[in-house]
Order: sequence, then structure tokens, then C-alpha cells
Amino acid sequence: MGRYILQRMAYMLITLWVIITFTFFLMHLMPGSPLQNVEKIPEELQEAILKEYGLDKPLPVQYVQFLGNLAQGSLGYSYKYDGRSVTDLLMQGFPASAQLGIQSIIFGSLVGVLLGSIAALRRGTWVDNTANVISVLGYSVPSFVIATLLSYYVGVKWGILPTGLWGSFQHTILPTLSLSFLVIATIARYIRTEMLEVLGQDYMKTAKAKGLSRTASIGRHALRNALIPAVTVMGPLVIGLITGSLVVEQIFAVPGMGWMFVESIQVKDYTVIMGVTIFYSALLIISIFLIDILYGVIDPRIRISGAKE
Amino acid sequence: MGKKFNVALALLLVASLALTACGGVDQSQGGSSGKQVLNLTETQEPPGLDSSKTTDTVSFSVLNNVMEGLYRLDKNNEPVEGMAESVDISKDKKTYTFKLRDAKWSDGEPVKAQDFEYSWKRALDPKTKSEYAYMLYPIKGAEAYNSKKGKADDVGVKALDDKTLEVKLEQPIPYFLGLTAFATFNPLRQDIVEEHGEKYATEPDKMVYNGPFVLSEWNHNKDFQYKKNDNYWDKKTVKLDEINVSIVKDMNQKMNLYSTGKVDFTSLGEDYVDKYQGKPDVYQHNEATNFYLQFNTNNEFLDNAKIRKAISMAIDRKTLTDKISKNGSVPAGALVPPAVQGPEGKSFRDLAGKEYIKHDPKEAKKLLEEGMKEAGIKKIPKLELLGYDSSGAKKDQEFIKEQLNKNLGIDVDLRPMSFDQKLKLESAGDFQISYAGWGADYNDPMTFLDLWVTGGSFNRGDWSNKEYDKLIKKSKTNPDFDERIKDLVKAEELLMEEAAIAPLYYRSQLFLRQTYVKDLYTHPFGADFSYKWAHIEGK
Repeated sequence: MGRYILQRMAYMLITLWVIITFTFFLMHLMPGSPLQNVEKIPEELQEAILKEYGLDKPLPVQYVQFLGNLAQGSLGYSYKYDGRSVTDLLMQGFPASAQLGIQSIIFGSLVGVLLGSIAALRRGTWVDNTANVISVLGYSVPSFVIATLLSYYVGVKWGILPTGLWGSFQHTILPTLSLSFLVIATIARYIRTEMLEVLGQDYMKTAKAKGLSRTASIGRHALRNALIPAVTVMGPLVIGLITGSLVVEQIFAVPGMGWMFVESIQVKDYTVIMGVTIFYSALLIISIFLIDILYGVIDPRIRISGAKE
Repeated sequence: MGKKFNVALALLLVASLALTACGGVDQSQGGSSGKQVLNLTETQEPPGLDSSKTTDTVSFSVLNNVMEGLYRLDKNNEPVEGMAESVDISKDKKTYTFKLRDAKWSDGEPVKAQDFEYSWKRALDPKTKSEYAYMLYPIKGAEAYNSKKGKADDVGVKALDDKTLEVKLEQPIPYFLGLTAFATFNPLRQDIVEEHGEKYATEPDKMVYNGPFVLSEWNHNKDFQYKKNDNYWDKKTVKLDEINVSIVKDMNQKMNLYSTGKVDFTSLGEDYVDKYQGKPDVYQHNEATNFYLQFNTNNEFLDNAKIRKAISMAIDRKTLTDKISKNGSVPAGALVPPAVQGPEGKSFRDLAGKEYIKHDPKEAKKLLEEGMKEAGIKKIPKLELLGYDSSGAKKDQEFIKEQLNKNLGIDVDLRPMSFDQKLKLESAGDFQISYAGWGADYNDPMTFLDLWVTGGSFNRGDWSNKEYDKLIKKSKTNPDFDERIKDLVKAEELLMEEAAIAPLYYRSQLFLRQTYVKDLYTHPFGADFSYKWAHIEGK
């Protein structure tokens, strides 16, 4: 297990390095510079500013410098936001984004499991059909559409919750709901399918035969086994959540990290582009890694075969 | 195993609760105790409040309300005394002697003439790398110092004593007082700036204020708050106790916040124009910004003035502004927008007395034929229109294409580009017609007119007219301001007759303003908003 983890870590670092390298060079292929008022600034001044940023040097030199700073843990300063380090910017946005992500994944998983199980147990009834409709909608309607609708109907028309902004727990409800639809839909579908299969297994009959109550047999055997495939989809789900949150945060004016992605590219704030890319890539890579580990915890067979490699 | 799973789940739940608790307090609620509170949105937080270095509209607005220069712009965009109590202008209109009033910074220190001298020279110092330092170029020796050709001591700004500031200009200009309202001209406290260094003005407590308000809170990328400045010299005029600004980028969200009463003033998205049309809370802000088509005269077809004018006259601007862009913009028949002033509070447009270009497809067709005969061109070539790739600009460009095709039979290829890419092509002269815009730097027609002199760096179509160059050159140094404005009117007429450009529209922006918000002023120059006089009435 230890060796497996080490090996994976090495792969993760290589992946990250490839992403950094690609982003760095692609970013510099974009026309323009971080200067905002480029039409009106005297040329000598433009050069002086670019020199200050180190942008006057050849690209490979800049690249090596960047990697050097990164190795020392420094992401540099934003070009646009005077006197603010990229790490500061990321850390300021992180709590809101993290809260939203965690709430969505927990709420979505719980509801998803519940919905999927009920649908499987009441197969063919209206409950099952309703759950199916919710799954299809949640899976096919993008989160930003849901977000816009929720903000308008729940926020403006019915006036139940704040339309947007950030502050109290109430403010987090609508963005969390918007993001968790995808989670609910995906998990519910997997759980339902797996549950149906598990319910037909011999060991379920055994459980019933040895006198376990229906609740106990479902809770202890059926659900546990149905959860395994659900965990496998957590990886793609987390990716979906993170990308979804970029837009949903903007729609609800959540002060997270999502805005930095688009804005930094628009204004060529190179250090921020790199910082955001590294952060999100690392987050994704680590999430996938953790889910693989979690997979092994839930299903011991995976862990053993992994260790043998 | 089941237990472990449960424990993990419980831990996650606890963690999420803990995060929730960090959320803080809802600030969007106005006070109920009769406090004057204004709630606003901005699309981003101010990227930099160091007045020497700042470059963006949000920061300009914040600075306009927490700082004050020698003058500030009033309701009619006329300069009124701020830190200056009075000014004495020399006969040659090149030396200004400002008498400062007894004003204080928010920490109780007096505002001194030295604060201005320090600030202006700091902005000009090449080491500061201020992107707006060029705004100070009318001052003697400023450009030389900024471009490392002169010394700081030779810059024409000097504190004669604590309350007297002497400013010497390179040339007489009629708009200097208004210019001193611009952020780069704000005073700065040397001790505070040096104490914080790179971190100056990055947090509310890392700066001092001399304007109507102070920044009391700043949650980065979430919201910020102004409070009335108790040390402001004119605090009896300031009625608002508190201004809350939330960072909202999404247009739908702004509209939702507005319609649920969470904000009192916000920009109106183009998708919502029809919904709010004719309502009393729609507020039109006319900018000093003009959009136009620039012709490349190096192109054989476009080198002919009649052909250019034909293209200009073929476009129905009214339909463009009313049906396509729908942001309150006004059809333009000349270069200089109505928001730009001439002498004695009259607008330059009033002085010019007319718009030069009218939509007339028949006349356009005739001009095109005449022009082609003149130039000896038999067949209309296919043209290319270089433009922006934003959705709004794309619609405009589609419309222009359709108009030229319908009214003149000219086939136009659209070439939408990102801002930077477009700039690159224009600088290289690699375009035929370009859809472009220009915003005024200062309140004077010169900011638009000197773009088109021969060899000017923005005159990318290389249009050239000796008479025009002469008029502009003369006006740059002419101390007789009445004659100067007449010359500038003449220059604009020349530009329009020769159709060096085809004006399209004077840009406006639409806002939603609750009817109980009074006296919130918007300005076409420098900072967008003034809250000094704003108040809430009848909410």
C-alpha cells in the first residue's frame, strides 16, 4: 500500500508539471500583455513595467524562473491587484468555494443515495418514476441554468431565500442546491441500478433466511454493496462540481475562486492564471487520488490488486 | 467498517457546519434607525487604490469618494473647489497659484500643499511606473521627468508654503482645473505611503482619506463599505452615513438584487432594457466616448473621400442604437460627444451647431458612383471590417455589414478579434475598415481631435490633411481660448467633410436607480460616480 501511494504521488507530480508547462506556454501565446491601458501609455514606460514583471526576458528563461519560484512555494504577485500575492487571492476565495463544494457533495450524496435506494425498493411505482425524472433532469440540465432559475424563482418570485450574495447560511442554500443536482442525479442512478442487482443476489436471500429484518438486510448488505460503484463516480463528480462552481459562483455572486479563472485570462494576469491553474489541477489530481484510495477502503479487492502491481 | 464510514460522514458534516459558521453577517440590510444607507454593486473590487498607480474605473470611483483633489466635479461636471479654496491664474494662463483650505486627513493631520507636490512627483517618477502619469503631462517638465529626460526639481509644481501650491504649465489649456479632479492629481501623505510601501492602500487601514467618505471595511472580492468621513471639511453637505458595495458580476443577479430591494443603484443589462423601458428608475449616463469606423486610406478604394462619405451615410445609426445596441447610446453625426464641454458651460456640440453626417442611402449611392469615377475604380471591391469579438460589438458589426450591402451593394467580410489582437493588427496597418472607440481623457475636444493629426499614433488609417494639422497645432498652444474653440470646430468640420472616420454613436450606459435615491451624480470623465451629494428620500 505504501509503495502504491508513493508511486501514485510521483505520477501526480509529473501530471502537474505537464499541466504547468502547457499552461505556461499556451498563456504566453495569447496576444497582448498585462498592461491595461496599453493604447495610451508611453512606450518606454510599457517596457519598464514589463521589465519589472520579468516579461522582457526570453520565454524559456521566464519558465525556469517561474519553476524556481514555485519550488520555493512562491506564486508571485498579481499584476492587476496591486500589492496582492496570488496565494492571498487564492486563500481569500478558498473558504467560500470549499464550503460550497463540500456542502454540495455531502447534500448531493445523501439525497442521491436516499433517492436511489427508494427508487430501487419501490421499483415501478410513481416514486421510482419521479426519481427517474429527477435523475434525467439533474444530469442533463447544466448547473448554471438551474442556478439562474433558482435565483429568479426562489429568490425574486417567491422571496423565500436571498437571490445571491454571501454571508449567512441562507445565502449558501441556493448555490448548494444548484451544484448538488448533478450529484443527486448521478448517485441516484448508480445506486438504483446497483441496488436492484444486489437485491437479487443469493446473499440477500440468505440474509432474509437467517431472520434479518428487511431494514437490517438492506442497510447492512444491500446498501453497502451498492455504494461501491457510487464511489467510483465520485471522481468525475468532483470534477463536475469544481467546473460547475466556476459559473455558479458568478451567478450567485459568491466570493469564491471561480471568478479568478476567467478574469485572469481576460486581463493576462499571468501569475494569477498560473496560480489558479496549479491550484485547481492539484485539487483535481488529489481528489481523484483520494477517491482511488477510498475505493480500496470500501472494496478490499481493489487494494490487493493495486499492491501487487 | 460501517462505524468508520459513519464517523467519517459525521466528521465531514461537522466540518461543513464549522465552515458555515465562518460565513459572517449579512450586510445587505439597510439600517432601520433612520440612517442614510445606500446599497450598490460593482463588477469587481478596486484592484488598486494607490492614486498614483491606479488604472481602472472601479478604483477611480472609490478614490473620487474617499479622496479629494484641488477640485472635484459637480452635478454638471464643472470643477468646483475641493482642497483648493481659490486659485489665481496668471495672464499667460500658464501659472496657477492654488490657495488650500483648512482641510484635514482622516487621521486629523492637516492637508498641506506638500502632499500635492509629493503625490504628483511620485506619479511622474519613472520608478513608480504609473500608467496614468501622462495625465500630468500638461505640467511643465512633467513629460521630461517621466521619460527620464528631466529632473524632479524641474517639474512645475511647488509648495510655496503649507497652504499655497504653485503649478506651472507647458502650454495654456482651458481644462486644467477639471483635470485636477482626476485621481492621479489627488494628494498623498508621504509618511503613510512610505510606512506601508508595497502594501499601501491594499487594506482600509493602510491609507488615509481626505474625501467625503472613508473606506471602513473591505472583504476582498466580496464587498466593501464606505462610512461618512468626520474629518471632511464639508461634512455638513454629506448626507449618507454608509454605502455598501457588493461585488456582483452576473447581470441577472444584479437585476434580481435590484428587484428584491437589496441594491439601490446598478447597471441595467441589455437583456432587461425592454422590461424596464419607460420606468422612472431607468437612469441614462452619457459617456464622453465615441464609436466610429476608421478607414485605412492606404487602401485604394478607401483613399477617396467621397467613397468614405458614402459608406458613412449608408449606415442607419438610429436603428443601430435603438434596435441593436439598446444601451441608451445616441446616434453620432460627428466626432466629439455632447458630454464634452466648450467654454462657459456650453457643450462643444452646441458650439459646432450641427451633426455632419446624416443617414441618406440615395445620396450615399450617388456619392459612391462619383467617388468611383474620380478614383477610376470600375468594380466595387470586397471589404473587410475589423472589429471586436464581444457579443454586443458583433451585433453592431453584423448590422453595418447588412447596411453597406443593402444600401451600397458593398460586400463586407467581418473580422472579429480580441481586443489585443485587434490592436496589434491596427498598429501594423493591417486592416481596411476598423470598428473602434475612444474615451475622453479630459474634458476638452482636443482629446478626440488630436488623434487624427498626420503621423499620430492612433491615426492608423493614415488620413492626412495639412489644414487640419495646422489648426490642431495652433490650438495646442493658443492662449486665446475663444479662438481656440473656433479652430477646433473648424477642424472637426474638416474631418467630417473628408470623412476620415464614420462616426457611429456616442456611447451611453443605462442604470437602474431607485426613485428614492437623490443626487447621485455620474460623470463622463475620470471617475464615474459621486456620492458626496447623494441622499435617500422617501424610502
